Amino acid sequence: MRLELRTAASPLANVLAPLAAVVFTLFACALLVAWAGAPVGRTYALIAEGAFGSRFALSETLTRATPLILTGLACAVAFRARLYNIGAEGQLYLGALAAVAVGGLHEGTGFDLPVALHLPLMIFAGALAGAVLLLGSAWLKLAMGVDEVVTTLLMNFIVLLFVSMMLDGPMKDAMALGWPQSVAIKPELEFPKLLERSRVHAGLLLALILALALWVMERFGTFGFALRAVGANARAARFAGLPVTRVTLGCAAISGALAGLAGVGEVAGRAGYLTLDMSPGYGYAGIVIAMLAGLNPLGVVASALFVAAILVGADSMSRAVGVPTYLADVIVAVALLAMLVAGLFTRYRLRREAA
Amino acid sequence: MEWLPELLTQIGGVLASASFWVAVLRIAAPLILGTLGVLVCERAGVLNLGIEGIMVASALTGWLAVFQGADLWLGVAVAAVTGMALGLLHAALTVWLGLSQHVSGLGVTMLATSLAYFGYRVSFPKVTTPPTITPFPPLQALEGIPVIGPVLGAQTALTLLALAVVPLLAWFLYRTPAGLALRMVGENPAAAEAQGVRVLVVRTAAVVAGSALMGVAGSFLTLSAFNAFFFNMVNGRGWICVALVVFASWRPGKALLGALLFAAFDALQLRLQQGGGLLPYQLYLMLPYALSLLALVLMSRRAAYPQALMKPWRKGER
Repeated sequence: MRLELRTAASPLANVLAPLAAVVFTLFACALLVAWAGAPVGRTYALIAEGAFGSRFALSETLTRATPLILTGLACAVAFRARLYNIGAEGQLYLGALAAVAVGGLHEGTGFDLPVALHLPLMIFAGALAGAVLLLGSAWLKLAMGVDEVVTTLLMNFIVLLFVSMMLDGPMKDAMALGWPQSVAIKPELEFPKLLERSRVHAGLLLALILALALWVMERFGTFGFALRAVGANARAARFAGLPVTRVTLGCAAISGALAGLAGVGEVAGRAGYLTLDMSPGYGYAGIVIAMLAGLNPLGVVASALFVAAILVGADSMSRAVGVPTYLADVIVAVALLAMLVAGLFTRYRLRREAA
Repeated sequence: MEWLPELLTQIGGVLASASFWVAVLRIAAPLILGTLGVLVCERAGVLNLGIEGIMVASALTGWLAVFQGADLWLGVAVAAVTGMALGLLHAALTVWLGLSQHVSGLGVTMLATSLAYFGYRVSFPKVTTPPTITPFPPLQALEGIPVIGPVLGAQTALTLLALAVVPLLAWFLYRTPAGLALRMVGENPAAAEAQGVRVLVVRTAAVVAGSALMGVAGSFLTLSAFNAFFFNMVNGRGWICVALVVFASWRPGKALLGALLFAAFDALQLRLQQGGGLLPYQLYLMLPYALSLLALVLMSRRAAYPQALMKPWRKGER
């Protein structure tokens, strides 16, 4: 048996592969549910119900999907250029910190900006913080050949400790009774809600627009071509006259900014302030979401909804039948590996080796 | 800067105490094993970012085995086998199917970590205080050795095992035909194939063996350093091993040196934190990660990466 490159991409395979991966995942994880001693069918039904079964469930899924779309896009756009950005978690937190720093400026400083100026400034600060963080790793990769996977991973730990230091120090909310919580942003800066009596906020709209914009840019612009060319073979791309350094840095800026925006959205759309447990690993989930989507920006929206549904649904399922919520993380991880293999068969076919 | 002389006095005091060096060896042991594990995989041309998850899963399985009544060494073996199984998965995806080593490794880490946490919660649904075992005892017989006795006597057999693997691995890599084949496969698989070396088989064996070492590294946490399993107990140690391999230029001896140096800084930061809050405690906690970053940057200029690292190999393809 050997793998042979498909001569023509099959559009059917591109749709069937992720589906097959998801179906395989649900079957594999059913074994774990059975091991935990719960009825498989009912457990899955409860997950679906917890994610989509009511207006509240659906709104929670959409709220959870908002940062996931953004971190998913961040990973998808970077992976295209083979810039393995594993640091979306850190970029998210730094973006959130910058948003709080700018959005909380009025606190005791007497500094006052009209909202029409303050809001864009806050959003920009968050995006910039994420971008700068990833640009650091991208620069180290280009200038010194330091593997970006390890540097972005290590930065996640450093940023989280830095945020913790800020929440203990200059950005601490004195009214939070010793709880490490930042000052709140100005109430006028909070994102408007999209749905009455729910937590779905304008960040979702922003995420959807950015997904569409990225798709258009990759599909119809030269940017997408440049990304793909640099990702496929940087040396050949340079030989063909593409500014590889600039493309890679631009890609890093976009990717980091998207992850930073995820942090802005969590601060401005949900809590209004920053805590250390704001993200339950949205940055890491972004990697899975990007891979499940085959790095397609519109696919990211779909796979972010899938992952959000699993996370939200597993929470309520766990309360009902007592299967540990970690089941959600297992499902997401198995889906990633299954999708990797499924994706392979959209590009290769299995041929029996000629004797 | 008036805190600087105070800080230096504190550092001097710490370096003079035996308990500091006891801690250095204890922190270094899992790092030595993990770093050597990554080293073996990378020397064969395969990046293994599964290490973080492999350490979590083996820390759990090794501990579970002992909790169920197995002998401590059997626990270590169970941890090694856990590592091997996860290594085999990584090898299947990257060596045989040629998938991205970065993504597959991260996938293995996610899978192993979430499976371990799930398994722990299924096994102990209601406990609030983690159940404990009796871990490896300190080797008090070694206390009589002059100078280093007090430091060695406080270690366990698993630390000695970690130290013993270093020369063994160096001997294997540089003095045996199998070691030569492994290094060739990582540098120039085409040449190795021409010599009759079966590239895919050697790479698979290297990833499985390296992952076994990672598994033992994980078991050190639950069977020697602590007596229970905690969530987040690996906490980035795997990633630090990946950075240490670059620092070590893919050499076992230097890996030992790097792990010891790193552990010394880590032990120092722990003690400075206890010495009173001269600086925010988070700065001390950042030190290990910042040092790993610094090591990566400093060594990258002369880093001699195995030439075929991260390049999938298919027979007959160039």
